[in-house]
Amino acid sequence: MADNTYDRQNPAYYALIFVLIFMSVGPVVLLLTNSLKLDVDITSGAGGLLFMPTIQNYETALCDILWYEPDHLRFCQIRFGGAFINSLIIGLVSTVLTLVFGCMAAYALVRFKFMGRDTLSLSTLAVRMIPPAVLLVPVFGLWNNAFCLDNDYGLGMWIRDTFGGRGDVCLAGTHSGIILIYVAMNLPFVIWILQSFIVQVPRSLEEAARVDGAGPFQTFFIVVLPLIKPGLAAASIFTFRIAWNEYLLASALADRDTMTVPILIVNNASEFDGLGTIFATGMLLAIPPILFTLFASRQIITGMTAGAVKG
Amino acid sequence: MFIAPAALVMIIALFYPILFMVWGSFRDWDPSQNISETEFVGLANYAKLLVDPAFHTSFWVTLVFAFTVVAVEMVLGVGLALLLDRNIRGMSVLRTMFILPMMIAPVVVGLVWRYMFHQTYGTFNRALEAVGLPAVNWLGQNPLLSVIIADIWQWTPFIFILSLAALQSLPRSALEAARIDGATGWQQVIHIKLPLMMPVLIVTMLLRLIDAFKVLEVILVLTGGGPGLSTEILALRIARTAREFRELGEAAAMSNYLLMLLMVLTLGMFAFTRWQEARARRLRFAAEEEG
Repeated sequence: MADNTYDRQNPAYYALIFVLIFMSVGPVVLLLTNSLKLDVDITSGAGGLLFMPTIQNYETALCDILWYEPDHLRFCQIRFGGAFINSLIIGLVSTVLTLVFGCMAAYALVRFKFMGRDTLSLSTLAVRMIPPAVLLVPVFGLWNNAFCLDNDYGLGMWIRDTFGGRGDVCLAGTHSGIILIYVAMNLPFVIWILQSFIVQVPRSLEEAARVDGAGPFQTFFIVVLPLIKPGLAAASIFTFRIAWNEYLLASALADRDTMTVPILIVNNASEFDGLGTIFATGMLLAIPPILFTLFASRQIITGMTAGAVKG
Repeated sequence: MFIAPAALVMIIALFYPILFMVWGSFRDWDPSQNISETEFVGLANYAKLLVDPAFHTSFWVTLVFAFTVVAVEMVLGVGLALLLDRNIRGMSVLRTMFILPMMIAPVVVGLVWRYMFHQTYGTFNRALEAVGLPAVNWLGQNPLLSVIIADIWQWTPFIFILSLAALQSLPRSALEAARIDGATGWQQVIHIKLPLMMPVLIVTMLLRLIDAFKVLEVILVLTGGGPGLSTEILALRIARTAREFRELGEAAAMSNYLLMLLMVLTLGMFAFTRWQEARARRLRFAAEEEG
């Protein structure tokens, strides 16, 4: 019974849907409107939705990368621009790396039959189980000590002896240190979701490509990759979201120069004189996820339901 | 080899650190020290935690938070899914809008809710005042409740979307048959829809429960664990032990407790689904034997 017409419903249902949408979007709208208000208006609550929008808060937040000097500022205090660029670098690089590694591993797992699906979904679950807070201690300890190249033991020594490099470099405080842990955290999920898409690619298609003289890499890039695009989209959104929003591990690893936006927000959230500015930074942080939601909600739902329904 | 990069990253950045943590939990460990310089103290860190009242408080707060949140969200999410499982216009918009709270950074969620809970100019208190009710000191006197409300706002949609997907993939024939036999709406829900959805619901609940133990940023920004220890969940306590008190060994031991707790939960749920699958198979088999 596949009818595409919509059933007519009681108006109460539409009212309910309206209320639900209002409830879920309300706080986000509040974030947006507050970021466009002056501090006085936020605390006095004057006007509600009727107010003169100002971009002053955004100017304050972005003062270190603006090409002009905003009039109301004497001193650029919040270095949001730099943090934003750090967040972008970390988010994009970890997404790309996770997808590349994940694709390769998922393809190999499906085609060459290394482990059963059960093992994989179990290990995905196991890794998903680990809270970031549990990783905090070892990450804090290792990245600052054992993963330094000036060590006489552990991995740092091995890397230095094998690849060379300066003696005083630690993974903590570098972009790559943060990226490394994000890639590791996201890999199992990405492998798992990509695998469920690769399984659906018909074997005969690949064999046809092979008969036509394509190597394994060519087969993968020309035949398989285009067919699993929805899976790639879902996986990349999820990975990027985690890398973009994560606070705890980044705060343990980052120093002044590699600070990401969530750290900046938490550090400044308690100062109530810059309320509008904080809302502006929050809004800027929320923009990429909002865009994803509006333009790729179907992929997000695919990614989410794949976790439970197919499992 | 195709798997090599993925495996290498996982080993370096995930398995090695966790083994390292387990090892570190048996040591008296200050962040400025190399682990080889630290003293082996055996189970002292674990024993210390067992009699530490602050740890007990955190532990209970964590459990209360996680189970309350999951219970309320399951009821709300599944209820809404049952109510809204109709072929109506506006469903896709609703679903899109519902994803929004989950996608936005927890830090930002905390920020907005802290504003809404604010004593004098927060949205809730202003609304209460507008209808003539006394203002509530949300974060000061009902911190755990406030944190729970914020989490319910953020994560109910997750359960809603998953259970809606489950509902819409139910076999049409069973529902048809029930309708022909004259089952009322409630009877359909209780005897047919819920039992058929059960496997998905359990997995959903498991995933949500696991995630509820990971919530940290929202609480950090909303209350910072306070006032007192009233909202200091374990994850937050681990972070504070490691960074403020500089007791890495103790924090590692605490992480291990948390990990063990989650492992027990996960394995329990896993065993339960296995058992249920086996039972379903047996029932089907029995039905075939009789027929």
